Amino acid sequence: MAGALLEVENLKGYYRGAFGVVHGVDGVTLTLEGGEVVGLAGESGCGKSTLAELVSGSPPRNLYYEGGRIIVDGFEIYKIDPEILRKEVQCKRMSYVPQASMESLNPVKRIRKFLLDVMEERIGEKPKNEEEVVKMAAEHFKKLGLEPWVLDRYPFELSGGMKQRVVIGISTLWNPKLLIVDEPTSALDVVSQKRMIKALMDLKEEGIIQSILFISHDISTLRQICDRCVVMYAGKIVETGSMEDIISSPLHPYTQGLISSIVSYEPGKRRRGRYIKSIPGEHPDLRNPPPGCRFHPRCPYAMEVCKTEVPPVIISEKGKREVSCWLYSRGGK
Amino acid sequence: MMEALECQSITKIYTSGLIRKKMIFGAKNVSFRIRRSEIVGLVGESGSGKTTVARMILRLIEPTSGDILLDGESIFSYDMHDYYRRVQGVFQDPYSACNPFYRIDRILHKALNLVSNNLSSAEKNDLIRSTLKAVMLNPDEVLGRFPHQLSGGQMQRILVARALLVGSELLLADEPTSMIDASTRAGILNLLLDLKENRGLSILFITHDIGQAQYLSDRILVMNKGEVVEEGATDEIFSRPKHSYTKKLLASAPRLYEKWEWEPEEV
Repeated sequence: MAGALLEVENLKGYYRGAFGVVHGVDGVTLTLEGGEVVGLAGESGCGKSTLAELVSGSPPRNLYYEGGRIIVDGFEIYKIDPEILRKEVQCKRMSYVPQASMESLNPVKRIRKFLLDVMEERIGEKPKNEEEVVKMAAEHFKKLGLEPWVLDRYPFELSGGMKQRVVIGISTLWNPKLLIVDEPTSALDVVSQKRMIKALMDLKEEGIIQSILFISHDISTLRQICDRCVVMYAGKIVETGSMEDIISSPLHPYTQGLISSIVSYEPGKRRRGRYIKSIPGEHPDLRNPPPGCRFHPRCPYAMEVCKTEVPPVIISEKGKREVSCWLYSRGGK
Repeated sequence: MMEALECQSITKIYTSGLIRKKMIFGAKNVSFRIRRSEIVGLVGESGSGKTTVARMILRLIEPTSGDILLDGESIFSYDMHDYYRRVQGVFQDPYSACNPFYRIDRILHKALNLVSNNLSSAEKNDLIRSTLKAVMLNPDEVLGRFPHQLSGGQMQRILVARALLVGSELLLADEPTSMIDASTRAGILNLLLDLKENRGLSILFITHDIGQAQYLSDRILVMNKGEVVEEGATDEIFSRPKHSYTKKLLASAPRLYEKWEWEPEEV
């Protein structure tokens, strides 16, 4: 697959309200090639979901697009007409599944009716052959491990994992190239979490979707599905690299701290003692982000330069690894 | 080692419907013991009855049958005041467990007043400050603030401090870290380990996160559909799981250094 499916360049998005300006996403550049599964990691409040909302083209009202470019499969989504954006991008090329979207099913309608409503909204008129649409959906749901009877149930009759798969199923009905999923597994327990991820991987294997931008705070979940990982902190990207590299040799001090704070299950004998460490301090308030490197108040290696100047993005020789930290700039400046 | 708490085949049945009664077992013949200075991990998927057990121990709901003993006496024979002095809970959402209009010092003073009215206010302040230090909080930073001004990790520590202030011996921690970020979660887990070792606190740690259960617990209980399907020492359970459900649960846990193996019969 040649060409990037999603290009984000120096994107800025701020929340404006009575409480001040929150620099939610502040200069983010990232690309996603066709066929890639990219994980977006970081703690709550770091701007992961804000980035996804901006890319989706329909940010919430208090989130303002402040500059930069987002190109989805050739369409620059904040330049084109909203109607084209809706028809060509949101209804064809990209699907965005927001956080807690399993609660977005209509509680008083059967899944079948809800599905037809979504179809009507998409094609602009009532589907002529309703039975056919439902049949097609049933076929599609099978790939997600959902039985056809699910279509005749109300949302409250389904478990959380099933509802989540129904939402993913409906949002991938028209084979979008890009699927953005925001924390699809965080409300699920481990067993349904695994099933969910398997469903996503199957969709990709079947060619229904090409690429996934998978947002999660849980790196061990991202590990299971992603090729590449992007780590965000305080509205900026701190490190990008292949999933293996990020886990086995994290470069940025924040990523290092994040990896060493994870308790994941290890089969067999556990390690003794307190081997996990937390990162001291708190995530900064993005109304007033710290100058220089945003991680410097919590960083164990903070130098003078970190406090005043924004660190450069250093791209490793293979071009696969990017880290934004003064530690790796030549001579430390 | 002494037992702190013993559950004797407790069962909770929820009934629904007026004419055609439908019975659901929230918990079915659950028996286990928690010793002094021991962390027992209770794991299982959602709906397996973990929280039902915790709520029964906290006397929020009454078991349909069976008994729970604290120091050999049924917990229902204790005076509520005395009971909650010894058994306290820490939950998922720390903000919902505190009055949002009270400052932290008032929240802690109110808890302390429940147990000791004969201390002078200077002594009370000292006690609060030293307890806050025991949970690794800086008293100057948190006292005088409102709950919404503190982070989730800090609030969870406040709740642990409040439980310590009233002198509880048993802490029920129901998913205490699920709302807290990975980068600060480690601190909470290490704090629970410290309290167990230094203060002899017994903890029932309820979670669906296998990794955390393995990190903290001395013993593990695995629940499925209201029943305890497997019980044993942590290393034993995690290296040689016997029950098929435990095996399935362990196979589903995401690991940092390994990818899942996909078995065809799943999904």
